[in-house]
Amino acid sequence: MKDDVTSREERVENLKGMGCSRKRVEDARFTQGKGNYVDDVKLDGMLFGDFVRSPYAHARITSIDTAAALKVPGVLAVLTAADLEPLGLHWMPTLAGDKQMVLADGKVLFQGQEVAFVVAEDRYAAADGIEAVDVVYEELPVLVNPFEALNSDVVLREDLVAEDGSLPDGAHGPRKHHNHIFTWEAGDKAPTEEVIANADIVAEEEMYYHRTHPCPLETCGSVASMDKVNGKLTLWGTFQAPHAIRTIVSLISGLEEHNIRVISPDIGGGFGNKVGAYPGYVCSVVASIVTGKPVKWIEDRMDNLMTTAFARDYWMKGRISATKEGKITGLHCHVTADHGGFDACADPTKFPAGFMNICTGSYDIPTAFLEVDGVYTNKAPGGVSYRCSFRVTEAVYFIERMIEVLAIKLNMDAAELRRINFIRKDQFPYTAALGWEYDSGDYHTAWDKALKTVDYDGLRAEQAQRVEDFKAGKTRKLMGIGLSFFTEIVGAGPVKNCDILGLGMFDSCEIRIHPTGSAIARLGTISQGQGHATTFAQILASEIGLPADSITIEEGDTDTAPYGLGTYGSRSTPVAGAATAMAGRKIRAKAQMIAAYLLEVHDDDVTFDVDRFVVKGAPERFKTMKEIAFAAYNQAIPGLEPGLEAVSYYDPPNMTYPFGAYVCVMDIDVDTGVPEIRRFYALDDCGTRINPMIIEGQVHGGLTEALAVALGQEIAYDDMGNCKTGTLMDFFLPTAWEVPNYETDYTVTPSPHHPIGAKGVGESPHVGGVPCFSNAVQDAFRAFGNTHTNMPHDHWRIWKTANELGLHG
Amino acid sequence: MSKKMHIKLNVNGKDEEFLAEPRELLIYTLRERLNITGPHIGCDTSHCGACTVTINGKSVKSCTMFAAQADGAEITTIEGIGGADELHPLQTAFKEHHGLQCGFCTPGMITRATKLLEENPDPTEEEIRFGMAGNICRCTGYQNIVKSIRAAAAEMNAAKEAAE
Ligand code: FES
Ligand code: FES
Repeated sequence: MKDDVTSREERVENLKGMGCSRKRVEDARFTQGKGNYVDDVKLDGMLFGDFVRSPYAHARITSIDTAAALKVPGVLAVLTAADLEPLGLHWMPTLAGDKQMVLADGKVLFQGQEVAFVVAEDRYAAADGIEAVDVVYEELPVLVNPFEALNSDVVLREDLVAEDGSLPDGAHGPRKHHNHIFTWEAGDKAPTEEVIANADIVAEEEMYYHRTHPCPLETCGSVASMDKVNGKLTLWGTFQAPHAIRTIVSLISGLEEHNIRVISPDIGGGFGNKVGAYPGYVCSVVASIVTGKPVKWIEDRMDNLMTTAFARDYWMKGRISATKEGKITGLHCHVTADHGGFDACADPTKFPAGFMNICTGSYDIPTAFLEVDGVYTNKAPGGVSYRCSFRVTEAVYFIERMIEVLAIKLNMDAAELRRINFIRKDQFPYTAALGWEYDSGDYHTAWDKALKTVDYDGLRAEQAQRVEDFKAGKTRKLMGIGLSFFTEIVGAGPVKNCDILGLGMFDSCEIRIHPTGSAIARLGTISQGQGHATTFAQILASEIGLPADSITIEEGDTDTAPYGLGTYGSRSTPVAGAATAMAGRKIRAKAQMIAAYLLEVHDDDVTFDVDRFVVKGAPERFKTMKEIAFAAYNQAIPGLEPGLEAVSYYDPPNMTYPFGAYVCVMDIDVDTGVPEIRRFYALDDCGTRINPMIIEGQVHGGLTEALAVALGQEIAYDDMGNCKTGTLMDFFLPTAWEVPNYETDYTVTPSPHHPIGAKGVGESPHVGGVPCFSNAVQDAFRAFGNTHTNMPHDHWRIWKTANELGLHG
Repeated sequence: MSKKMHIKLNVNGKDEEFLAEPRELLIYTLRERLNITGPHIGCDTSHCGACTVTINGKSVKSCTMFAAQADGAEITTIEGIGGADELHPLQTAFKEHHGLQCGFCTPGMITRATKLLEENPDPTEEEIRFGMAGNICRCTGYQNIVKSIRAAAAEMNAAKEAAE
């Protein structure tokens, strides 16, 4: 028994647990320039490797002459496919069940493809060496359009055609054409066709969700160091999934997994770009094995934009049917997916089009059918989830555009159309027509709050007046009101249906409590700016009653962290966050027994209260977690092992389904095509909120990436397959000048199956933001007959829309 | 390879002297020769500002300049702005107002912001957004960066007033 001087509120505050805007522990090193990113790794005798890349999008390689390059001062080696072939490393498996050339094996399939790897003493010598490699190409016909590719005699992947000309099945079943990769279906085809054929109203639209790129500020890179004495390989790199990389490296190199240590140091943004395995990683490893020295490979920005990890590139065709009153009855979606030269999409194995089948959105749509055809073209491989769970951005864009198109057809207000079709609160858990079981939601409450906050009716009245004024020649600016209501599906995922390369998508946390009442927790995830070291400590603080400031969070070193599938698809909080809570509960369970022993009562007679166990009915009798931690190490407690540690591997029972309601108000100058964002309101429901400050920061960032994609960011090719947007000169990244202030808001609908009710938030603003910005642009022209125009809505395209609608007089 | 040049720099108060090829970019001099890794590389086209340093009192993208062009210059990088013993108000404000996420843009951002506030100690939001437009951040959406810079300006002005 002892004096308890602090109040319960003070004790809660001291923990800095869940729900408080704890300042980030990461910031001290970053603000002082002391981060440790992969390009900061410097080892004795380290060499630098870089690629000879193909200038052509489709060509046969007649010869590669490396003799002159090897004479360049500072150049030590030049690797080609011929050198890698004896090791079986000239091709590597992709995450999508296809394979990809590490170095060009007889031909190239996209501009910028890796042809040879020059290893030199430094970057400058490597660049000189690259200049001196002589590659002779024989150009082949180029296919940059997937529809043409499906009708062309030109075979892109000879390796996937049998000698008798037949087409062996791909990783996802039969293929229809030599440039076809897979067909993937969800839902019921015949009933959907029937519903649509018999409907009162059917709206149809074709839309192209253009190719873009995650473009984190730090490009990809790796440093491989093969220690020949101990037979150990250490690999630092920009890996969003370090354990998966270790397993892949082991599988393709033949090194035993315990001899490989993968380290993700600080990562300068990921957004999906750093999920995949790239030829650069493999080549740095091989070069280190060959030269016996550490080898660094770092992409420049052009390499990054042109070769690693594009996103989107979906040609979507939709039909949506409804009653005259606007009740949606059916939805049909067909996608032609351009995957580039290799199918290197980063999706769970059973989902070649990711979670595109969330495309019924937030609506109660009884019948639906989705069909996706994947196609090879002469473009870079990738197809990553750029700040979204697998293809969810595409799905949400599709349905949020279809709703707008349907509203036009019905001559109805688009907000009202959404409202009458939302899945109702009492319908959760809700099984959608395309298979997912939505865990929870309260859409009407969120929507009403959003519309009320922005004074939706007032905005519509103002817009109508603006149209009048425009027609009367009083203004040249139109007003657009962009709406979007999205449901994400994140936290992949249940091992029963989610794996990558056969690895179940669970995640993990291991906790060690030190005798003096501080702790270290290690996780299978890796932060790329999300602030895991801050927020996971908050989860633990609330679970185990030790202050967050006394808990170190460590990620990214496969020698010390428990196995996990990494950070992407907003899975860290839903999966590793759950593992953290569960491991914390194991600690607490043991602490309860220790406390009961110390207090000389039965285990059931003590109860947890903030930072201590208290004897029921006698609050003055308690043991703090700090005391319990010490006891775990200095007392022999009958029936208990010493120490206080726990590990949890969490296999989520379901995905989580964060949602949100966004409104954008935009003024568009029809003569310049310049959109001016007047207001952006974002309401997010990510379930339990761990750190409001960090949530808000994630929303700002995600919305800004959404603005970029909707209003100008694009990876574009010409007919020859030349990438036209390979630098930041042509690839739009918004600066502070182009970006508005955002208003953030929230509702809280906890996930019923997640231990702390959290759902994930990092990607929601991107997923919901893109259709919101796009809808605002399209809505400005609705009064003049516009139904749909494709993104990106850059100034030129907006001007063209105005021009085509006859608004330039 | 051409003849090496004899170059002298003063970086963060320390004199440096070395021979370098004329083509050596200043960012590589800092990062690889001098092990000053605060300034980062985010592009090849002088767009991102991750490499921003102060040279003879001006904000400069150090990827856009050869080391030889900086011969004789005084250079300040994030490492020279403030450290664990004494943080610059901007460093404190960025943490306080969540002005960073992955941190990759942060050294360049803060370095640029020190000059902005020297040139304009009490900038409006618009002036901050314009003055920082040479520095790209992919994570924060800028709102909290603007907030951080305004907070640091207020803090610095209050300190100045108190000192006067
Ligand atoms: S590295 Fe991008 S501006 Fe210097
Ligand atoms: S914090 Fe990541 S780029 Fe700015």
